[in-house]
Amino acid sequence: MSKRHVTTTIDGESREFLCEDEQTLLDVLRDVLMKTGTKEGCGTGDCGACSVMLDSRLVCSCLMLAAEAEGRVIETVEGMAEGDRLHPLQQHFLEEAALQCGVCTPGFLVAAQALLARNPDPSEREVRFWLAGNLCRCTGYDKIIRAVLAAAAEMRGADA
Amino acid sequence: MTQKTRDDQTLKWVGTRPIRPDGVEKVTGRARYGADFARPDMLWAKVLRSPHAHARIRSIDVREALALDGVKAIVTGDDLPEIASEQAFVGEEPTDYRMMSQNVLARGKVGYVGHAIAAVAATTSAVAEEALGLIEVDYEILPHVLDAVSAIAPDAPLVHDDLCDRKGEKKAPSNIANEVEMGHGDPEAAFASADFVIDRSFTTQAVHQGYIEPHACLAEAGPDGQVTIWCSSQGQFMIRGYTAKLLGLDLAQVRVVPAEIGGGFGGKTTVYLEPLAVALSQRSGRPVKMVMSREEVFRATGPASASRIRVKIGATRAGNFVAGEAWLDYEAGAFPGSSVAAGSMTIFAPYAFEHARSHGRDILVNKPKSAAYRAPGAPMAAFAVESVVDDLARQLEIDPIDLRLQNAAQEGVQSSFGPRYKRIGFVETLEAAQAHPHYDAPLKANQGRGVAAGMWFNAGLQSSAAVMVNADGSISVISGNPDIGGSRASLAMMAAEEFGIAYEKVGVRIGDTASVGYNDVTGGSRVTLATGKMVVEASRQVIAQLCERAAKVWDVDVERVQWADGKATVPDDDTIKPLGLAEIATGAGRTGGPIQASASGSVRGVGMSFAVHLCDVEVDPETGKVDVIRYTAFQDAGRAIHPSYVEGQIQGGAVQGIGWALNEAYVFDESGRLENPGFLDYRMPVASDLPMIDAVIIEVANPDHPYGVRGVGEAPIVPPIPAVANAVRAATGVRFSDLPLSPPRVLDALDPAS
Amino acid sequence: MEYAAPRSLDEAIGLLSQVGVDARPMAGGTDLLVQLRTGTRRPKLLVDLKQIPGLCGIDCGSQGFRIGAAVSGAEIGECLPLREAWPGVVEATELIGSTQIQGRASLGGNLCNASPAADSVPALIAAGAVCTVIGPGGRREVPVEEVVRGPGETTLSEAEIVVDFRLPQPQEGTGDAYQRMIPRTEMDIAIVGAGVSLRLAESGECLACRVALGAVAARPIRVDAAAEALIDRRPDAAALGELAAQASAAADPIDDKRGTRAYRSRVAGVLARRAAEMALRRAGPRRVAGSPAS
Repeated sequence: MSKRHVTTTIDGESREFLCEDEQTLLDVLRDVLMKTGTKEGCGTGDCGACSVMLDSRLVCSCLMLAAEAEGRVIETVEGMAEGDRLHPLQQHFLEEAALQCGVCTPGFLVAAQALLARNPDPSEREVRFWLAGNLCRCTGYDKIIRAVLAAAAEMRGADA
Repeated sequence: MTQKTRDDQTLKWVGTRPIRPDGVEKVTGRARYGADFARPDMLWAKVLRSPHAHARIRSIDVREALALDGVKAIVTGDDLPEIASEQAFVGEEPTDYRMMSQNVLARGKVGYVGHAIAAVAATTSAVAEEALGLIEVDYEILPHVLDAVSAIAPDAPLVHDDLCDRKGEKKAPSNIANEVEMGHGDPEAAFASADFVIDRSFTTQAVHQGYIEPHACLAEAGPDGQVTIWCSSQGQFMIRGYTAKLLGLDLAQVRVVPAEIGGGFGGKTTVYLEPLAVALSQRSGRPVKMVMSREEVFRATGPASASRIRVKIGATRAGNFVAGEAWLDYEAGAFPGSSVAAGSMTIFAPYAFEHARSHGRDILVNKPKSAAYRAPGAPMAAFAVESVVDDLARQLEIDPIDLRLQNAAQEGVQSSFGPRYKRIGFVETLEAAQAHPHYDAPLKANQGRGVAAGMWFNAGLQSSAAVMVNADGSISVISGNPDIGGSRASLAMMAAEEFGIAYEKVGVRIGDTASVGYNDVTGGSRVTLATGKMVVEASRQVIAQLCERAAKVWDVDVERVQWADGKATVPDDDTIKPLGLAEIATGAGRTGGPIQASASGSVRGVGMSFAVHLCDVEVDPETGKVDVIRYTAFQDAGRAIHPSYVEGQIQGGAVQGIGWALNEAYVFDESGRLENPGFLDYRMPVASDLPMIDAVIIEVANPDHPYGVRGVGEAPIVPPIPAVANAVRAATGVRFSDLPLSPPRVLDALDPAS
Repeated sequence: MEYAAPRSLDEAIGLLSQVGVDARPMAGGTDLLVQLRTGTRRPKLLVDLKQIPGLCGIDCGSQGFRIGAAVSGAEIGECLPLREAWPGVVEATELIGSTQIQGRASLGGNLCNASPAADSVPALIAAGAVCTVIGPGGRREVPVEEVVRGPGETTLSEAEIVVDFRLPQPQEGTGDAYQRMIPRTEMDIAIVGAGVSLRLAESGECLACRVALGAVAARPIRVDAAAEALIDRRPDAAALGELAAQASAAADPIDDKRGTRAYRSRVAGVLARRAAEMALRRAGPRRVAGSPAS
């Protein structure tokens, strides 16, 4: 069987790739397009490390076939910064020491960005429940939650 | 040259919270972890694993698999050299090379479901996967044993037929792989003089370290015999050493390039994939990449031992601990080497006992080989001893922190594991907890508060670091320890402090095994402590050279030169204009060439870190669900170089312990197959399960470290289990002796009628 | 395995009929792709239903609601009229997995995956939802409780597809709720789930009630005996106690890694009562508008 040709937009760039029908979007991002910023922690949708935005909706890229990306718009952690200007979430993750090993960080950043796009002023509880699908084993979540709340506050200030 | 002492007044960086040097690449997705490497023409390899808990391998037929289009190489146990029995040199749990080799690839028999039998390299992972299905293994299924109690029964099946060395003596083969005993005094006699004796047994289940990054590596063996491995681990030198040993290679032929590591917690202090990837690369002549699935991680790596612990403590009416005795049985898995020795060492360590003894046994069962997990062996021991101390406090009607203060280990006290304590901060940590508003905060119905303490050693071990002055006056530091949680920052801060320059002027790189001196693993809470000490030593050597160069430029006696704030000065002659780091560096070619130094050593005189945790829970009496509603963790960090990362260690350790207490557990079916090999049913805490974890740092300087550092990474996982259990005891009146405190267990205990 | 994304129902049914048992329809894929990965299912053809207009979108009319079977949980959560009318159904749907899973998971998939523990199903049963099934034999309306046969198995014939779900506009005095027990706060499969929908008269008497339980039998079950504890009575503590007892008695669960039989039976009663209590609050005369806190 020949490979499938898929045309899509990833991190603002129009991209084409060839894939097998059974390959997930995560497989293609990492192993075909070599965009390894998006991580695999479980492959079964339980850890959130592979979080990406699909047409502005937060999804696990391990739970989506690459073939389903045809004509869709995908955003990953690699597109969050504008050049060398970090997104406020990225900046606050650094300032609050919200990462230790850092392997869950890309997923958390993408998920948190999706939250703040919908709810610019979330409560601690809302942040915790929104991010419940992102596992972190290093931090106990404390500093991650603080970083998201701090970034939200800064972004609200910037918008005002 | 004179050296200034490091006190709070002169410190510019230590104790501040700068952004970590590797931060930007980690928030932008550019940092490369174990699975993020690729090479042209690379093959993908997969592992065939045993479906049986215990079986003899009669034969393995790989012919059909080899014939599959795209399959390039297969290795089985027959392809690895036989290794003589020899104790491994690094890592956190004792390991024998012969056993390690058998765990990496089974020889003759399989010891657990998930045990590796063969590995296949193919052009794609799908082809490799398909080939696994074509390998025919003929098994003779053997009776298996799944828990420590059955394993030591007289008629138990033997996990190994020939293991009979214990305490250096030959005995009849059994599943008791090792026995340890330690302590002092005569507890048995002393219990008679106690007014109260509590004697209780506890059990805990196997739990996994739960790092988010699965094991992964890429190996390339050249036709000249040179081997390069890119992988994430807790030690590139450990990977090099073990892989070379298992494959019969010279260390000099193997170079290991450390990837960023996506969590380890002790679980990445051994090899699983790397020897297979190298062997497949040698056979195929192509680079080979291997990445474990999460299911493989659960079935074939880790976990921390399941345990059964009996603790007996006697106390006087006034609350003095008279004697303590403990019996610890830890499951090693299918190969010897649980953390029972460390459990036996730590179980009474926080307290001053006149009579203390612990007896530990390392017990073989047909489950995955246990691996180190953060303060290996200590959390389960603390669960037992701190539950008993809590009950004693209740019985004696003494405040639980007062009771601990009354018996707390301090400087000069004989520890239960041997040496006398040097300066430690247990008393200060207990006092901080007692004085904290959390300790007196009101509770509502169905809520309870628990307190528990714990300690962990700091490993010193071997470390090396190199420090180089660049032509522009910036400093490059090379460390040989993977940065698992911010150690680049703490090393850079100490170097900046030594040189008296800006933190941003220090670059820290983690070197591969060919670019920096040997380092033991990132483990034992040792990197900031021990490797940090080497960075400080190398920096001081470099500063001495800088002073010599300045003396040469000025033509003055080097004894008159002093280094301060990034400059060489001559304090007794103000006509001599100070020379900055950049000026000396730029002119280095004229004063003797490049300026650099490296330091290596076996670091001794390490500290101990003590932790005290306060936990509030709310128990739903109708469902048995336990929610942690407030948590405060106190810990003696000696000196917090970067307080945010110290807090992070404390918070992360606390939450791992909370998970262990409440819901995490390996669940095996009767055939020995793990029923929950995924994050769905292996229930690690998620963000919505938890409150903020308040971390309170106590600083009682370690007298043996230039900045007073104590390793902080492991102690915080020691108190949480008993802190949660004691809180549940306070909320419900029920003492739980078995983990996890899952809703069915709790509800059943609250109302056995159900 | 091959993937196909037909644009029409006819095309989808054609593909499914052609390939037969080796074909598998897919909506969000959040269960199916996991089954593919773990080898539990090995279909030769995946038929993606998300491009078919009939399975997408939510219609809110005076007669009630039509929810496309492939609509994601996230979209359902954003539909305020639906949340206003059937908060229990919406909340149960939102409990399916994480935020990420919500971006994909659908009611059709949650039902046809046929797990006894599916969160949305007891709430849909309690609410009296009916689904439209279309296949080679034509179109039929099936109450949700009749779709699941047992673990992983449905009553649908080959090539039949659940197209949408229909819920009426609730009558005055209606309230519904769903409660589930999991060991954590998120990310777990229900150990027990309980959906209750009821209607109160102005007098405070309960006019109608439906109770459904998940994860306590081979499939989600409707428990009429529990509902009858409230019907034509004032829902006081005694009535709610009987509802709980009936729910526990109706439970016929298994012991497994997630919970024991005894635990599930007991907690089934607790959750049925708690769901009924919440439904009663919602059924009160002045229902508070807007979305409740998650």
